[in-house]
Amino acid sequence: MANLTLVQAVNDALKTAMRTDPSVLVFGEDVGPKGGVFLATDGLTKEFGEERCFDTPLSEDGIVGAAIGMAVNGLKPVCEIQFQDFIFPAFDQIVSEAAKLRYRSGGQYTAPMVIRTPYGGGIRGGLYHSQSGEAYFCHTPGLKVVIPSTPHDAKGLLLASIDDPDPVLFLEPKALYRAVKGEVPEGKYKVDLSTLRTVREGKSVTVFCYGAMVPVVQKAAEQAAEKGIETLIIDLRTLLPLDEEGVLDAAKMTGRVVVVHEAPRFCGFGAEISALIAENAIEYMEAPIARVTGFDTPFPNTLEHHYMPDDRRVLDAIEHVYNY
Amino acid sequence: MAVKSKKNVSGSELTDEQHVALLRHMLAVRCTDERMLKLQRSGRIGFVGTAKGIEGAIIGSAYALKPQDWLWSGLREGGAAVMRGLPLSEYIAQMYCNSNDTAKGRQMCNHFQHKGSHYPSWSSVIGTQIPHGVGAAFAAKRRRLDEVHAIYFGDGATSSNGFHSGMNLAAVWKAPCVFVCVDNGWAISVCSAKQTAAEKFADKAVAYGMPGVTVDGNDVLACHAAVQEALERARAGEGPSLVVLETYRMMGHSSSDDPTRYRDDKEVAAWAAKDPIDRFEKLLIAAGTIAKDTRAQLEAELYTQIDAEIHVQEAAPKMALRTLVDDVYAEVPRHLQRQYNNFIAVAERLGHATPGDGAFPL
Ligand SMILES: Cc1ncc(C[n+]2csc(CCOP(=O)(O)OP(=O)(O)O)c2C)c(N)n1
Ligand SMILES: [Mg+2]
Repeated sequence: MANLTLVQAVNDALKTAMRTDPSVLVFGEDVGPKGGVFLATDGLTKEFGEERCFDTPLSEDGIVGAAIGMAVNGLKPVCEIQFQDFIFPAFDQIVSEAAKLRYRSGGQYTAPMVIRTPYGGGIRGGLYHSQSGEAYFCHTPGLKVVIPSTPHDAKGLLLASIDDPDPVLFLEPKALYRAVKGEVPEGKYKVDLSTLRTVREGKSVTVFCYGAMVPVVQKAAEQAAEKGIETLIIDLRTLLPLDEEGVLDAAKMTGRVVVVHEAPRFCGFGAEISALIAENAIEYMEAPIARVTGFDTPFPNTLEHHYMPDDRRVLDAIEHVYNY
Repeated sequence: MAVKSKKNVSGSELTDEQHVALLRHMLAVRCTDERMLKLQRSGRIGFVGTAKGIEGAIIGSAYALKPQDWLWSGLREGGAAVMRGLPLSEYIAQMYCNSNDTAKGRQMCNHFQHKGSHYPSWSSVIGTQIPHGVGAAFAAKRRRLDEVHAIYFGDGATSSNGFHSGMNLAAVWKAPCVFVCVDNGWAISVCSAKQTAAEKFADKAVAYGMPGVTVDGNDVLACHAAVQEALERARAGEGPSLVVLETYRMMGHSSSDDPTRYRDDKEVAAWAAKDPIDRFEKLLIAAGTIAKDTRAQLEAELYTQIDAEIHVQEAAPKMALRTLVDDVYAEVPRHLQRQYNNFIAVAERLGHATPGDGAFPL
């Protein structure tokens, strides 16, 4: 066991995968000698050489498109998009190609690959270094979408993603890169995709969240506990395919549900959770489902702390559904 | 400073007054950057991407533009905007992202705009402005406006989708634009030799059917002359061209980048010896246009102006909370107004949010 930050756990996962599987290779903008702008790929070129970890020209479309070809032809690409905000030149390759290759070829061709990219606010990055675009990708059958919130899960989920037979978009909460630290087992282990994680047990209110919102919700839950409200916190960790049974069980447990994400509200992931519960467990609900989200605006710059859900806003929603 | 209207620098089309103006504009870029870095280091502003080393390229090239021409910024052309009319007050307000910032504090630092001198801001997404400039040039042609669109971008941006579609469309449409590639040797940690396998970035022009030239980007007069020629060609209806200004990014990619992780100090030292400002200063002294102490005088004047403006902007209030939902659409839609009202109600019950301590990594 080592005590690692989330970004160190990502780094550890990449090294572990590269040590155990020679077909794994890492590439993207500035991932080589610089080690990535967040140092997620620090030391990889040094340990594995330029053949296995290399810088690419500034072309997201090229990075993802080429990764598909590599995956089709026997390599295991783990490419990086420097910020999730810059993934859109590659949107076509992800949505039209990687996600549909298995289906359109009747299973003859597949693209087992991982696209890692930091997402989310909290670094004063303005509207192009802060977005949470998970909903765009969750609307894409054929793709898996994974978001860790702890160092342990970051490593285990990334290793599971690298071994997965399908393309995985691995969104890393950049606000947590250095803000969380935890025990991470040495060597290879996997955290199953499509299973949620219970962060905190509670009988009063269920809060669904993921990524950088998990510690925010934990903070709110502590304050709620002081008021006698026991919060069940669920970290979804794999958004697509979603552990629907797990979501419904957790919702039924309390009959009071809050969903938290920093992405805009309209057509956000909270809408899917809310609809799932409304369709399958409405009779268990004691209160309307509440969402705490970013605004339906682009991501602000100087006002970012007002935009991002914080413990105040989460607590307010918890109390609202509790007292309903 | 009184300088006679002579042409003392051999080979230059410009007058002595213009030469001194160029020197002053280049120094303004360097002095402003220097102050902005200080502010960043003391935590007053968030982030700075300097133009140190590329002042000759951006100032020389943009000096060739006419007032009605547009400059589509790729990243580091803020100093050229100031030369063309962006008030220093607005420049510094943008760096503070305060309530005097014309973009309402919405963009990160170094994302300037100035409508008066036709300078739209870049988005942060590398290369996207290239087709915009082409479309605007198309519109100018269609509307029979006498304006040329100078589209700036870096060596890194030549790998973006926007570069390829923009170059192709412009040539096919014979759009009145000039592609100005500021090849400063690096795209963050990726050197130009890893960005393209072409011998020269200018070679790319051939494939799209337009002229491409490579210019010593640390020679301010050469940059001016090359872009002037390309602008004239575009203005005459002969279509676009690509001008590549070869220069060097002396500092890190930004205030948060540590370039020693990926590049050799020797390379930096070699380029320092070719500094565009030192070089031009020497030329002007040798031609008798300026005196030995002219540069120091100009710098002192510039620092006085910049410091006075910093003083003003430092005291300016932050952007008001109510702007949170403005400018998403022409009018605030009802659902967004509701979100805002609910947010205010929470703030009234529980107090306002506090800023986090996250810092920009790149
Ligand atoms: C589409 C996109 N991908 C990645 C980035 C991150 N990024 C910001 S600047 C930069 C390098 C730009 O290099 P260049 O075009 O040479 O401009 P320079 O910084 O040298 O002026 C990168 C990769 C981005 N902003 N946009
Ligand atoms: Mg560059």
